[in-house]
Amino acid sequence: MCSLCGVLGGNEHWADTVARPGVYTRNASAIERRRERANRVHIANRVLVQFGVAISDWRGTAFLLSTRTGKTEIIADLGHLWPAAENLTGRVCDPLALPLIESLEQSHG
Amino acid sequence: MAEGVPAFTPVNLLTGFLGSGKTTLLRRLLADPALSGTAVLINEFGEVGLDHHLVERIDETVVLLQSGCLCCTIRGELALAIRDLHSRRERGIVPAFGRLVVESTGLAEPFPILSTLKADPVLRHHFRAAAVVTTVDAVNGLSQIERHSQSTRQVAAADRLVLTKTDLADEKTVAKLLAQVRRINPDAPVVRSGETDLDADALLNRVGTASEFHAPLMCDAPNGDSHGTHIRSFVVTVEEPIDWTAFGVWLTMLLNRHGDKVLRVKGILNLAGEAAPVAIHAVQHLVHNPVHMARWPDEDRRSHIVFIVDGIDPDLVRRSLTAFNALVTPQAERV
Repeated sequence: MCSLCGVLGGNEHWADTVARPGVYTRNASAIERRRERANRVHIANRVLVQFGVAISDWRGTAFLLSTRTGKTEIIADLGHLWPAAENLTGRVCDPLALPLIESLEQSHG
Repeated sequence: MAEGVPAFTPVNLLTGFLGSGKTTLLRRLLADPALSGTAVLINEFGEVGLDHHLVERIDETVVLLQSGCLCCTIRGELALAIRDLHSRRERGIVPAFGRLVVESTGLAEPFPILSTLKADPVLRHHFRAAAVVTTVDAVNGLSQIERHSQSTRQVAAADRLVLTKTDLADEKTVAKLLAQVRRINPDAPVVRSGETDLDADALLNRVGTASEFHAPLMCDAPNGDSHGTHIRSFVVTVEEPIDWTAFGVWLTMLLNRHGDKVLRVKGILNLAGEAAPVAIHAVQHLVHNPVHMARWPDEDRRSHIVFIVDGIDPDLVRRSLTAFNALVTPQAERV
């Protein structure tokens, strides 16, 4: 744990594990790791924008989830993202909701 | 760590509806020399515990949890019991067991038991969920599945299915039951307990390995008879390589909202930028760590994901996954 901020080290969420070996471990290339986190922020934000929130990387150890009015929560991984987003926005984040799917499909075009 | 103890001790869940032959199966499995280093944890719903006497191996590695169902009332007790076994193993008080089998009550939901292993801050560093074995009574199984949602969920969560009492049921009943079981859980191997010598090791071995995917992935017919339940299985096939990050965003979002209705997810993924496939495996909210497979099982290089769901529209799942996978734009790849 970081003694200054209280963030627990050693993320064990399944999405952070072995799909790309080394990307999320501290021993791997720092640039690869930062690139992967930037990619995650970019993709998650394309969905989160539909709900009026966004995440940003926080010192390479966590993410900040913020609403447009500044309400902010620290999240450790994707496992915490969606409950926190629903909590902050008061909305249901459902990937099977037709309006969301249609909006994402249009944004590709 | 005690000598001979694996870094992560596999924990098998033995489940099945009331009277479906869990304890009988456990007794047979424990007689197999391959399981000599196995600790057992038995949970009973009644006030007086009987099952542990039936196992006929009462020693310090058999623990009885009484007066409550593992899935709801005594999950904390389950964590404490496993922690206690682990502590006594480390101190050399009990033999260094290399596997733990948890026999649940016939009314238990499988998922909360599995999630205890992952959620407990001590257990998750020493134990890993292994195969879920579900017993299905050949005589009464069909009516239990149709009437009791717990029975259906136990079948859906199974990595291995053991059909018990097949000697007491006629072939027509067994065939009907098998068809129903296959509709709920299309690809878990089915073993008939009465007719074959049980290979204990094969039954309990870890899931999510490459060999699991050598058999073709199956699903039910689109218009199959639902027998009054809303549980069904289907395969989503994705032609394009899947972006792992987009997939992670999608599946975490899906399970957060629909985890109680997504009973199982099991698949082989062709990930962008990866030569070998990655196997994924989830039971409701619990996603096992993805496994890098050494090679593709055949010539097919597409991703196939089997879903077992309760009342979810397969077309929405397909469309949603496709929309999320397309979120990776050229701009994102240059970041």
